[in-house]
Amino acid sequence: MRNLMKSNKLSNALIPVISVLLGLIAGAVIMVISGYNPASAYLSIFQMVFMDPYYAGETFVTMIPLILSGLSVAFAFRTGLFNIGVEGQLLVGWLASVAAALAVPDLPKILAIPFCILVAAVAGGLWGFIPGLLKARFHVHEVITTIMMNYIALHMTNAIIRNFLFAKGEHTPVIPDNASLSSQFLTDLTTGSRLHWGIIVSLIGAFVMWFLLWRTTKGFELRAVGYNPDASRYAGMNVNRNIIISLVIAGAFAGAAGSTLGLGTYHFMTINGDFTGIGFDGIAVALLGLNTSFGVVLAAYLFAALETGGISMQSLGIPNDLVQVIIALIIFFVASSYIIKWAMARLKKGGEVS
Amino acid sequence: MSLMQILEIIIPSAILSATPLIFTALGGVFSERSGVVNIGLEGLMIIGAFVGAVFTIWFEHLGLGAASPWLSLVVAAICGGLFSLLHALACVTFRADQTVSGVAINFLALGLTVFLVKKLFQGSGQTPFIDYRIDKANVPLLHDIPIIGPLFFSHIAYTSYVAIIFSFLVWYVIYKTPFGLRLRSVGEHPMAADTLGINVSRMRYIGVVLSGAFGGIGGAVYVVTIATNFGPTTISGQGFLALAAMIFGKWNPIGALGAALFFGFAQSLSITGESIPLLKEVPSVYLLIAPYVLTILALAGFVGRAEAPKAIGIPYIKGRR
Repeated sequence: MRNLMKSNKLSNALIPVISVLLGLIAGAVIMVISGYNPASAYLSIFQMVFMDPYYAGETFVTMIPLILSGLSVAFAFRTGLFNIGVEGQLLVGWLASVAAALAVPDLPKILAIPFCILVAAVAGGLWGFIPGLLKARFHVHEVITTIMMNYIALHMTNAIIRNFLFAKGEHTPVIPDNASLSSQFLTDLTTGSRLHWGIIVSLIGAFVMWFLLWRTTKGFELRAVGYNPDASRYAGMNVNRNIIISLVIAGAFAGAAGSTLGLGTYHFMTINGDFTGIGFDGIAVALLGLNTSFGVVLAAYLFAALETGGISMQSLGIPNDLVQVIIALIIFFVASSYIIKWAMARLKKGGEVS
Repeated sequence: MSLMQILEIIIPSAILSATPLIFTALGGVFSERSGVVNIGLEGLMIIGAFVGAVFTIWFEHLGLGAASPWLSLVVAAICGGLFSLLHALACVTFRADQTVSGVAINFLALGLTVFLVKKLFQGSGQTPFIDYRIDKANVPLLHDIPIIGPLFFSHIAYTSYVAIIFSFLVWYVIYKTPFGLRLRSVGEHPMAADTLGINVSRMRYIGVVLSGAFGGIGGAVYVVTIATNFGPTTISGQGFLALAAMIFGKWNPIGALGAALFFGFAQSLSITGESIPLLKEVPSVYLLIAPYVLTILALAGFVGRAEAPKAIGIPYIKGRR
């Protein structure tokens, strides 16, 4: 029995690896068909991400919000909820962090940064609360409401910036230094990249999710509701309240992701014509990371490396949009894990598909 | 400015911006009625918009003139249908999570089309502009009717009428034909349908492919009537707006038509509102978010309850209860 569970766990962990490989192979096939050399393309990505300190730093810059966005999706998944609303929660958190930073220019750094991140998390949490409430109270599917909340956030943050926080260049004023996550040390280390202390924030986020889910009673309840809401209700848990709590916490992670953009990467918020894409990438990150903290960090790094390294493909004349195609294909393969499990069972012979 | 003049600006422009939404929302009805969630409408519109632009340019090059955009609509329908086969394959055959597959469709569509645009047009991020668009026209005779004429039969592209006619056709197909009954039964209770000899997988494949075809037309219509070229931001959110229209219309083709027209109205108000005295005072952000807020309210039951098909989102596995 124990052996069986072990092999099951192993095969579950293999699925993301196989999906990534299949995605890369499919990407290579597309490159060959379009007349490019996939070997030199992948090699150039590898060289850029691992050999060039500046781009190594930029890879981490891309990874920081991706981790938090992935954690947000993964946390909701654990309670059986699908949070497509990261985009909106992130925008709201981004604006909230910048507004908070502009409001407290005299607070010492050690207080200002946690305060601004907290404000962003609360704002994101509020944006998650609404779909949570609607799901718990009216049984409205959270996929639709979170998508709608994304657009409401996009238009509202733009309107707020235009009317209240407008500075030259279609963005908010730049935040004061006391709330900035930037670090001369990290920038020097990576020969001038925008790498900032948000990396610590995102890793703390990963730890918080692990701790909440696996070391607290509330986390046990949340996971129980995700496994089987009926059994949880029978065991005396308040399913509706747990649904709301789960989406609020997920929203808080997304809001924190926004704060790393506001306080670290950009130091202001732009008027966005469209979504950042970080929230949608977060879905891929969570899936590929099997909704675990550690997996999310690994998957976020992989996607960040692909996206940053994709720039190097352009010097070879290969459009870097191919990276998006590869990421999409990886999501497809992870989503279709049933067929991968089936193929693996066939290869083993006599294995049972569950 | 008189009320009539205001309406003469708003209504034709509302119908124009509603048309792509109508086509795409009708596609959504087919897919979701068969029990397959389609978050990928946005991606299907992107494919349609790309095909619409590229093939219009190519047909113009072949010397087909004003017929080019119309022919490209047909090609867009075919390509959208083919592309949606991926979604069907993942959702029906591979039993993938339908929402995740939809997200992947959106990613893939955008990445692939922009990649192809750069490949086809020597590294340029967007296609050239098309020469022959489907232009706004006055319907002969009808546009002379007082009041109704200037509002509904002037300055409107013919594609808009096609969309409205299609809405009624789709309604007839879904509610009045054996095919429609089967499609709905597969979305409500696939096991019962299976027992009666209906091929659940095949019906769902058909539903998803039809959504691809309609979504493709929706995207292409946007290009040949409004945008007139294709770039990475040509389709940004129209697919999700169409999804909202389908839900606000309660998964009913006529309802979707009404919702899409209403959303188009809100969109055109947010653009033309500044030239209209009374509306100048209303910040455009309220009009921009109105469709989404209303959809949420509809789902919550404040504006009439919207109920999804019963079996939506659940892969059908033969023999499992």
